[in-house]
Amino acid sequence: MDRPFAITLTVGSSLGNKTGSWRTERPVYVRNTAPCGAACPAGEDPQAWLYHAEEGDYEAAWRAIMEVNPLPAVIGRVCYHPCETACNRVQIDEAVGINAVERFLGDEAIKRRWTVERSRPATGKRVLVVGAGPSGLSAAYHLARLGHAVEVRDAGPAAGGMMRFGIPRYRLPREVLDAEIQRILGLDVILRLNEKVDDLAAAMEGFDAAVVAVGAHLGKRAYIPAGSAARMLDAVAVLREMETRPPGEAPQLGRRVAVYGGGNTAFDAARTAKRLGAEESVVVYRRTRDRMPAHDSELQEALAEGVLVKWLSTVRHADGGKLMLEKMELDDSGFPQPTGELEELEADSLVLALGQESDLGLLERLDGVEIADGVVRVGTDLMTGRAGVFCGGDIVPAERTVTTAIGHGRTAAAHIDAWLRGTRVAPAEPAKPAELSALNPWYYDDAPRTVQPELERARRASTFDEVVGGLDESTALFEARRCLSCGSCFACDNCYGVCPDNAVLKLEPGGAYAYAFDLDYCKGCGLCVQECPCGAIEMEPEPI
Amino acid sequence: MPYQTGSFAVGNRLLPVEERTTQASALRANAITSGHRACQGCGEALGARYALDAAVRATDGRLIAANATGCLEVFSTPYPESSWQVPWLHSLFGNAPAVATGMAAAMKAKGRTDVRVIGQGGDGGTVDIGFACLSGMFERNDDVLYICYDNEGYMNTGVQRSGATPPAARTATTEAVGAEPGNVFGQGKSAPLIALAHEIPYVATATIADLHDLEAKVERAMTLRGARYLHVLVTCPLGWGAAACDSIGIARLATQTGLFPVFEGREGDVTAVTKIRRPEPVEAYLRPQRRFRHLFEPEPRTDVIARVQARADRNIARFGLL
Repeated sequence: MDRPFAITLTVGSSLGNKTGSWRTERPVYVRNTAPCGAACPAGEDPQAWLYHAEEGDYEAAWRAIMEVNPLPAVIGRVCYHPCETACNRVQIDEAVGINAVERFLGDEAIKRRWTVERSRPATGKRVLVVGAGPSGLSAAYHLARLGHAVEVRDAGPAAGGMMRFGIPRYRLPREVLDAEIQRILGLDVILRLNEKVDDLAAAMEGFDAAVVAVGAHLGKRAYIPAGSAARMLDAVAVLREMETRPPGEAPQLGRRVAVYGGGNTAFDAARTAKRLGAEESVVVYRRTRDRMPAHDSELQEALAEGVLVKWLSTVRHADGGKLMLEKMELDDSGFPQPTGELEELEADSLVLALGQESDLGLLERLDGVEIADGVVRVGTDLMTGRAGVFCGGDIVPAERTVTTAIGHGRTAAAHIDAWLRGTRVAPAEPAKPAELSALNPWYYDDAPRTVQPELERARRASTFDEVVGGLDESTALFEARRCLSCGSCFACDNCYGVCPDNAVLKLEPGGAYAYAFDLDYCKGCGLCVQECPCGAIEMEPEPI
Repeated sequence: MPYQTGSFAVGNRLLPVEERTTQASALRANAITSGHRACQGCGEALGARYALDAAVRATDGRLIAANATGCLEVFSTPYPESSWQVPWLHSLFGNAPAVATGMAAAMKAKGRTDVRVIGQGGDGGTVDIGFACLSGMFERNDDVLYICYDNEGYMNTGVQRSGATPPAARTATTEAVGAEPGNVFGQGKSAPLIALAHEIPYVATATIADLHDLEAKVERAMTLRGARYLHVLVTCPLGWGAAACDSIGIARLATQTGLFPVFEGREGDVTAVTKIRRPEPVEAYLRPQRRFRHLFEPEPRTDVIARVQARADRNIARFGLL
C-alpha cells in the first residue's frame, strides 16, 4: 500500500475503456471511380495520374498514362476531353484542365526521351494489325508490351491514319505525332507502309490473330445538281492532299470556299482553306448550332479565324463561281425541312464534308464476319464472328474519335492476349462513382482554371503553326493541383485530425491507404466521412 | 500555388511539414487520449485536444492544466481513469480561473516560470459560475491562458440554459413553448467581448471548424505573458440535436452565417477578424439542429428567424466579417 494519502485506487488510463463497443456503423476507406475516369473512352484514369503530377513526379504520371494510352501528347491536343465535361469541379468553378496537363506530360516525355519497356516475356505469337491509325497503333503497342510479335500494315505512305491525313497540323504538329509513333515502333513493332491489305484471310497466313482498324477514309457522296463549271471536292481528300502534296503545291480551292457539312472535318477543311489563302471560307450546315456534331472548341477556333457559318441551309445547286442555297427550318422533331426560300452564295469551290465511310473489302471474303450499315459487328471483346479477327476504331459502331479508337486498340489487345493464352479477360469490378455530393468542397482552395495560350490571329490566317499552346511546368503543376481527387484518398490528414477519439492511425509509410481505423476506440460518429474532402471514406453497418 | 486543400485541411502530403497543423503530425501529444467517454462526434473533446496539443507543442511540453467541472472533466476522468496526457488538475465548477492563478503563482514561487499554465472550462463554468474568478484573473493579469469550450449550455447535467445559450434555442429550461419559444432574446452575454474590455494582452475566438486558425491563436497566446483568453465554439451533438457527423460542419456554419464572429484582440482592441468565405443565411445553420426545430415546424417562424438573422447581420457589420 504505497498509494498517496486518501487515494484508494491507482490511476488508470482511459485506454482501458474500449469505446469501439458503442459503434453501430464503422468507417471504411474506399476507392471510388472519379467521373473523369468513368468518362474516358480510352480507359484512362486521370485522377490516378494527376495524383503523381500534383507531386511534380511527371514521369510517374506519364507512365501511368502509358499503361493505357500510348499517345498522350497527341491526345493532349486532339481529344475532345469528355473527362473535363464530367469533372466534378465544373460544379465548383471550372473543370480541371486534364487535357492540357496530359499534353504537358506527353511533351515532357518527348523532350526527356522517356521510353517504355515490354511488360511481359515474348510469347512467340504473331499478330497482324491492319491500319496504322490510333486504334491499330494502340493495339500494336499493347500487344507488343504483352509479349506478342506485331506487324502493322497500312495502305498509306505514313503511319498515323486520320491523325495525319485528317487532323490538320495546326491542331497536331507532325513532329509530335512522329515522336509518339516512333516510341511504339521502338517496342520491335514492324511497320509496313504502302501495303494495302485486300484479303485478310490471305494476309493472315502465319499470324495467330489480327486486328482490323482501317478507319473511315472515304468521303460520303451526296447528289448535288451541278453545272459543268462547278468545282466540287471532298474534304477528306483535301486534308489528305495537304499531307501528301509535294512541297509548294497545295489544293486549288480558290478565293471563296464553301464547305458543306457540320462535323469536325467540315471545320478542319474550312480552317485549312483559310490558311491556304481563301478570303472567304463559309461552312454551310442544314441545322442549327446546338444540333451540330462538330465540337464547340472547333467552332470557336474557326470563328476566331474568320470562318463564317450559314446555318439552316442546304446546297440546291452548284455552278461555276456560285451556289444556290435553300433556307431550312426545323420541324417539331428537330429535322430540317426545306422552305423553298433560295439564296445565292458566291463560291469558287464546294468542299463536301458529309461524313466518312470505310473500305471493308478486305473482310468480305471472310466467313463469319458480319457487316451492317457500313460497320463491322463485334462483341464487347471487339472480336468479329470469325475467331481471332478483331476490329476497332471507325469501322465498328462507336463514336468516331481518336480517343475512342485508342480505347478500342487497348480493349482488342487485352482480349487478343487472353484469347491467345486460352484465358479470358476478367470482367471489371462494377465501379462505384465518386459524386460531388460525397465530397466536402469547403476544403478545396479557390483556384481558377489556367487558360492555355493561343496563337495570335494574324498567324493563324496564314500559317499551319499550332494554334493552342501548351502549359509550362508551373502552370501544369497548378492545374494538376486543382484536381479534387474524387473518390481517392490524397493524404490530407483530415480524417486523422478530426477524429474526437484519436481512432484514426497514420501509417508511415502508408500502404494502399495512408491511414487505418483503430476499431477499439472508433465510436462510429462519422465525422471523418463528413469531413473527408474527396469522399474516400464511407460508413457501413457494423457486422453482427 | 494552392496545394489542393493546403489552407483548409488538417495536413496535406504536398505541404512542407512545418506548414501542416500540429494535428497532422503523428507525434502530436494527444492530450486527451482514446477511451474517453464523450459522446459520438463531441466537439469539446476535439476542441480541447486541438488547443492543448498546440499548447504542448508551443511550450515544448512544459505545461500544466486546470479544469473546471463540466463535460470535459466528467468524460475524461471517471475515477480512477484519466485520458489526460498532460499534468492536469480538477478544480471546482466555479473556481478554475482562480486555481489556475494559484498554479501560476506556485510555479513562479518555485522559479519555474518556464512551465506554462492553462485553465479550462465549459461555458457554464466560465461564462456563468466561474465568471467572478475569471474577471479577477484578468484584472490581476495573472500569467494564465484560460480557454472556454463553449457548447452553449449545461450539457453534462441535461442541457440547461447558460449565459452563452443563443436566443430561440430550446434547452431543458427554455422549452419550445409559448409565443416566444426557446431561450429569450435580449439575455446572455459575450464573454470574449467582456474579456476584451479587461484590456488583457490577448483575447481570441475560434471554432473546431478552422483548425489552422485555432492552432495559430493558441501558439500566439503562448508567446505572450499575462492573462489571455481563448473562447472556442464547440458543437454539442446531444444538446444541439445535431448529427454526430455534422459537428464540424455546424461549427463552420456558425462562422459563415456570422452568428459566431471569429476575431482576435489585444489590450482592449479587436486587431483581426476571420472573414466569411462562403456566406450563408442563418437558416442553413438553424435547420439541421433540433434545438431550433420549433422555428420550422409545425409553422415556420419567419419572424424569429429574421431576429436571429438580424443578430448575424449585426455581427457581420460590427466585426467587418465580409
